[in-house]
Amino acid sequence: MYIYDEYDQRIVEERVKQFRDQTRRYLAGELSDPEFLPLRLQNGLYVQRYAPMLRVANPYGLVSSRQMRKLAFIAREYDKGYAHFSTRQNIQFNWPSLEDVPDILAHLAEVQKHAIQTSGNCIRNTTTDEFAGVAADELVDPRPWCEIIRQWSTFHPEFAYLPRKFKIAVNGAVEDRAATGVHDIGLHVVKNEAGEIGFTVLVGGGLGRTPIVGSVIREFLPWEHLLTYLDAVLRVYNRYGRRDNKFKARIKILVKALTPAVFGEKVEAEWEHTKDGPGTLTAEEVERVAAHFTAPAYETFAGDDNDYLAKRQSEKGFNNWAMRNVHPHKVPGYAAVTLSLKPTAVAPGDITDQQMDAVADLADRYSFGEIRVTHQQNLVLADIRQSDLYELWQVCRELGFATPNIGLLTDIICCPGGDFCSLANAKSIPIAEAIQRTFDDLDYLHDIGELDLNISGCMNACGHHHVGHIGVLGVDKKGAEFYQVSLGGDSGRNAVIGQILGPSFAAEQMPTVIQNVIGVYLNSRTPEEQFIDTYQRIGMAPFKERVYATNN
Amino acid sequence: MQRIIKDDQVVDETWHLLSKDATLDGLSNCDDLLVPLALWLDHAHALKARDGGLGVWLDSDEEVELIANDLQHFQVIALNFPVFSDGRHYSSARLLRDRYGFKGEIRAIGDVLRDQLFFMKRCGFDAFAVREDRDPYEALESLKDFSEVYQPATDQPLPLFRRRQAQG
Repeated sequence: MYIYDEYDQRIVEERVKQFRDQTRRYLAGELSDPEFLPLRLQNGLYVQRYAPMLRVANPYGLVSSRQMRKLAFIAREYDKGYAHFSTRQNIQFNWPSLEDVPDILAHLAEVQKHAIQTSGNCIRNTTTDEFAGVAADELVDPRPWCEIIRQWSTFHPEFAYLPRKFKIAVNGAVEDRAATGVHDIGLHVVKNEAGEIGFTVLVGGGLGRTPIVGSVIREFLPWEHLLTYLDAVLRVYNRYGRRDNKFKARIKILVKALTPAVFGEKVEAEWEHTKDGPGTLTAEEVERVAAHFTAPAYETFAGDDNDYLAKRQSEKGFNNWAMRNVHPHKVPGYAAVTLSLKPTAVAPGDITDQQMDAVADLADRYSFGEIRVTHQQNLVLADIRQSDLYELWQVCRELGFATPNIGLLTDIICCPGGDFCSLANAKSIPIAEAIQRTFDDLDYLHDIGELDLNISGCMNACGHHHVGHIGVLGVDKKGAEFYQVSLGGDSGRNAVIGQILGPSFAAEQMPTVIQNVIGVYLNSRTPEEQFIDTYQRIGMAPFKERVYATNN
Repeated sequence: MQRIIKDDQVVDETWHLLSKDATLDGLSNCDDLLVPLALWLDHAHALKARDGGLGVWLDSDEEVELIANDLQHFQVIALNFPVFSDGRHYSSARLLRDRYGFKGEIRAIGDVLRDQLFFMKRCGFDAFAVREDRDPYEALESLKDFSEVYQPATDQPLPLFRRRQAQG
């Protein structure tokens, strides 16, 4: 994991001081609400439905055990004893008081954490694959590049007041677990035929009101040009992105209006001037950063652990968990494990302070002291000896982390929704819970197989509903909360925006609607198909017919 | 008289800012004038013939490319922020300095508040007409918000990683 040097530490500490003074001036009436708004947002501070909400950055999802304990401390001391992991791999505290935020930031700075640019119309936290560095299908480790982007984007003076928020995701594996297709900039770290590292650059993807999959504007950008090229993209966007209408201000609207080809030409023309300038990355810097992401001290194993395999044969419960929550690792004898934050009746992504402390202990005991947050709102311990898996499973069951549902229907991505968020049209957490209760039979759930069900409480799409195989969107229908269902979305390498099934449903209809959708799939699937495959083969019509026949 | 920040100090304002619809009628010959872009584009010749100082100001949707060939005629280029959250002129200032080599004063005008000054300075602004209801002396403090920065920009052409290397 990246460790701050004196420069990084000084910048974060000076930020605390700056925000402390800004908060003081706001409370003293020297800063108006509209003036304080972008300042607090760029520090992750929202004013929510009931209280402020503070979003703390977990750069590209990485958290050390020490940092996790500090987050637990903040939840306990300044909040109601719990916190929420977001789809941007960040963590949110729902009940801090505004006056306490500077102190919270000071606590965070002690463990090299901050809330910089976790909101506002600026470059947000860069996200990546939760299995970075350990995935069996990895081509290039994306983490050093994410950290290089983090430093470049932190207080970038030219791009602090963009037309709208700006999100970058980096993927370095065969499979795209970072949803790069639906980001303002998506980067694929690749190697060319000569073995040199570079980036395939996508721009203009995004969810929200106008969901679009990004377009490639450069097939291969040699690594040393990463930052000057990003500067060029951002400069074109900062100058020409729309500022007259908040809903048309994302880069995707500009890219669409110009066409990706013309947008790409503008970027190249801008880049001509800065290419090879002082912003060009050096091999020394890449090595300096990459040195923080070297492999931990793995033990040598010949292959899979026999006792682990035997236990899977003999204990069905353990095998269920291993099937869903244990993932292949590039090092023999090791595995990555997902701790599910999606047990039924808990808001997806929520975690208590005690659980956070417990995760930190697990990380120290089993996984080199490191935790990853996934964009599906779960946690990953990335470096577990297979011989420890059985013991870990038992501990996880006691702690409530062992729900064997990763990648399944009940592993729902869900925004905080109308229970917390002032933007939401409708509640999302109770819908998630009702669906989880309906699909509480584990064998049935495993039989249904891999399925992304994503729920957003409004068009802002924090719950990524457009790219769920089943997407649910909260809408307002004459003052009542209704839910629109879409099918066929996908966030992977061939990202697709889902299609709307039809008229929206009342909350109490939702479990039945999902049951009917699943029913069509189960009746139509071939043995090798997952839900998304069946949908792609048979299309929308059979689902529509069944759901609306039943509901009419 | 308004006071502005220039080169990290509060000084008296000596320039007259002409409104966007200003014409040549009754224009003073000797005063130092900041003229709107349209007036410059239409009457460059007449404006150059005056004895007083000349500057131009651009609104946030006016592009620096329109004056890129005229820079030698201006002592001051003022960039207007209709609202402080309109960030286009951060790029304008960088282009004027880094690409077109403008050496005169670049002044932020309009909704100019202390919490944006640090970034503005990094982008090449060296003068700030802080909004009249705010104290420019207090605003000076915000120019010192950070003592270290990551990115190359107009005020510090080397990124931190190159300076780290030089020291390491």
